[in-house]
Amino acid sequence: MNSTAVISSEICYHCGEDCTSEAVHFDDKPFCCTGCKAAYQILDESGLCSYYDLDVNPGINLKNKKHRARFDYLEDDEVIIRISDFWDANKLSLTLYIPNIHCTSCVWLLENLQKLDAGVLQSGVNFLKRELSLLVDTEQTTLRNVVEQLVTIGYEPEIRFDKLDTQTQKSHQNRSLWLKMGVAGFAFGNIMLFSFPDYLDTTGSGLGGNFPIFFGALNIILALPVLLYSSSDYLKSAFAALSQRGVNLDVPISIGIMALFCRSVYEILTMTGTGYMDSFTGLIFFLLIGKLVQQKTFHRLSFDRDYRSYLPIAVNVLNESGEEYSVSLDKLEPNQQIRLRNQELVPCDATLLSEEAFMDYSFITGESEPVAIKKGARIFAGGRLTGNSALLRTEEKVANSYLTKLWNHETFQNNDKELKLTTFADKISPYFTVAVLGIAFFSGLYWLQTAGMEPALSVFTAVLIIACPCALALSTPFTLGSALNVLSLNGLFVKNHLLIENLSKASSIVFDKTGTLTESDSAEVDFFGVELSAQEQTWVKSACKNSIHPLSRKVTYALESSFLYHPKSFEELPGKGIFADVENTLICLGSRSFLASQTGMSSEEIPEPNFSGSVVHLSINGQYRGFFGIKSGIRNGIPDLLHSMKEKFSTYLLSGDNDAQKKEFTKYLGTNGSLLFNKKPEEKLDFITHLQKSGEQVVMVGDGLNDAGALKKSDFGIALADDISSFAPACDAILEGDSLPNLNNFIDFSKASMKIIIASFVLSLLYNTIGLAFAITGHLSPLVAAILMPLSSISVMVFTFVTTRYFARKRGLMIWK
Amino acid sequence: MEVIYMLIGFSLLVALIFLGLFFWAVKTGQFDDQHTPSMRVLFDDKRSTSKKSIHNQKNQDE
Repeated sequence: MNSTAVISSEICYHCGEDCTSEAVHFDDKPFCCTGCKAAYQILDESGLCSYYDLDVNPGINLKNKKHRARFDYLEDDEVIIRISDFWDANKLSLTLYIPNIHCTSCVWLLENLQKLDAGVLQSGVNFLKRELSLLVDTEQTTLRNVVEQLVTIGYEPEIRFDKLDTQTQKSHQNRSLWLKMGVAGFAFGNIMLFSFPDYLDTTGSGLGGNFPIFFGALNIILALPVLLYSSSDYLKSAFAALSQRGVNLDVPISIGIMALFCRSVYEILTMTGTGYMDSFTGLIFFLLIGKLVQQKTFHRLSFDRDYRSYLPIAVNVLNESGEEYSVSLDKLEPNQQIRLRNQELVPCDATLLSEEAFMDYSFITGESEPVAIKKGARIFAGGRLTGNSALLRTEEKVANSYLTKLWNHETFQNNDKELKLTTFADKISPYFTVAVLGIAFFSGLYWLQTAGMEPALSVFTAVLIIACPCALALSTPFTLGSALNVLSLNGLFVKNHLLIENLSKASSIVFDKTGTLTESDSAEVDFFGVELSAQEQTWVKSACKNSIHPLSRKVTYALESSFLYHPKSFEELPGKGIFADVENTLICLGSRSFLASQTGMSSEEIPEPNFSGSVVHLSINGQYRGFFGIKSGIRNGIPDLLHSMKEKFSTYLLSGDNDAQKKEFTKYLGTNGSLLFNKKPEEKLDFITHLQKSGEQVVMVGDGLNDAGALKKSDFGIALADDISSFAPACDAILEGDSLPNLNNFIDFSKASMKIIIASFVLSLLYNTIGLAFAITGHLSPLVAAILMPLSSISVMVFTFVTTRYFARKRGLMIWK
Repeated sequence: MEVIYMLIGFSLLVALIFLGLFFWAVKTGQFDDQHTPSMRVLFDDKRSTSKKSIHNQKNQDE
């Protein structure tokens, strides 16, 4: 290894990163690291370089791959059977989730996998779901080979514990909706065509001959499948609501549908008119479009994850003779020895057998700094090992571990949060239904007294037809669907459009600290003491670079240096400090006691700083120079966000970490909120329950598994993720880390959306009133109905689309991509 | 005017064929993933490596 490297401004041909440290050249092309070069070589040899033509620098950066997952378990037939869709003789079919899929090139490369491995018979990508479906010939290759090949080119599949025994769910639920819409659209178009002569014929002379009978019969034949198949969901739902003595919006819709159909059939059969079959089929068609909008989901995001999608699928177990073999997690028994490597997760509660290990619990407990664990101490499931590999003895089965206990809490047993969601439309539909029936009845009575039975019935049905709340039914899905799109453009992905209402009602906002307000990777590192020259910074950085301790890594990132030396000697006392000789300069970094023992300084010479955060002392050539103060960095824009929010909401900080940063956050949070530290996951959950009992609508923002209970319990749980396809605990919405400063605008926007719904209600009621005027006076011709009904639906669609975007723009949100 | 009976019959038949095709398309999963096929359209079928390098050359010339 060279001791120095030159900074270059070249851009990696594979992944597009700046080649900041050492650029590797191959084929006259620069690469930022050997990983990228290797990936290029593989593609070049297989003639797959079109990969680079489709998109600019499409590759996945392989430099920062902290660890390489091991796929020993893919040799185990039992595991393969349990994660695959089917496996017979030598054909294996399975679906892999690959979070790294991000562009056209990725799709192209993954669908050309057979050129890399002849054993792959078929490969297909679903881009939105980030899924790769494979058909593998197991006689020619093994699954492990295919997966490892994928890893070398940068597409590491995520195979997690929850994939065991779950057949990949194919999305069939949407298909029947498409079919229903197809049938309704087909009938709508054809009936319109047949009714066209009637539209033009105002004299009432008709076409003559048998045409009215012929067209009438055709209309009934075409409308029947629409009634029986396409509208079946509405009729069923209305029937279910009525049999439970409730009224939802589907009740007035169903009344309208039935009135339309029965009256049309009656008119056609008695040859008294042409009927309203065009309006009927058009109505169903528009309603189904609304339903399709409503069903929009974010396929690549998963909102219902629990610990099983966080843990790996298997671990390496040591048998008596010390040989490693992989065991799937559900087969893991207490009292087995397991070996973990850097960045691997502890699957169940265990005891450490190695001398020392560093565990990163930030995702589980919220502690920001990794913890040093001594031999014999207990390690809790979910911790991530950082640094050297370690040997552990399992204590509990996976299902009985500390981490998994949270999921036994009653909050996770029921899902009534979603069942409780009722739309504004559902709330007013009882009144609406009563009003419509009342108007229909009284106007019918009036006509009965003045003109007789026939016109009375005709007016009665006309009122039911025209008051059918089609536009009302569309206003909620279209407004919220539109709001959902706007929010997702701005980085907030909401699970269900009805949940936006919960967000709009927010009164308390609860934040987690570690990973939410602070960013785990970025840290604020300041040096206090005698200022370091550029030369000295280089020496310190060169020394720190060799250490794996998280604090020295942060110091390394903070120091500016264009090149690095290779230390002559380097010693690290784990958890204490490092001692290195760089270019004949003695660098000593670490705790007070370590510096005292290494350099022979008396402990008076080293101050005990009053600093909220971690401290690393530095001495150069035995001379004390000062200390690095390390605070986990607060995300950009957070102070402004908290400042603007504390006026309107009660804001709380709920952290599992110690209170080192308490002072700092006190000034950001409102006087009616509070800061709570050292909270266990259950305590967080209880705190949310407590707030809700005092009548608050709670929005919880968190990121880790320790927030899982609180996120689930809160009225609107937002999981923050820097990489939205990475693991996020069960929640109502996933928010991109960079978009957190916009939270205030999101809440304002959701409030505006609620107002838009009411405005579009008024708009559609306006159409209903105009229609009613026609109906009561007995002038509702099929032509008026055919114009008025689609017009009201379309204008509600346009109105909601335009206004949601207008309000989003006013709040400074993106409305276009 | 009696020809209209036949014409309507034919037009319905054609419409029914399209409805049938729509059913087939939905049933074979063509509406399940509406995004990836739009990306696949961009792929050229370049089988041999030599062709590819010529293509690259052309790109650079442009």
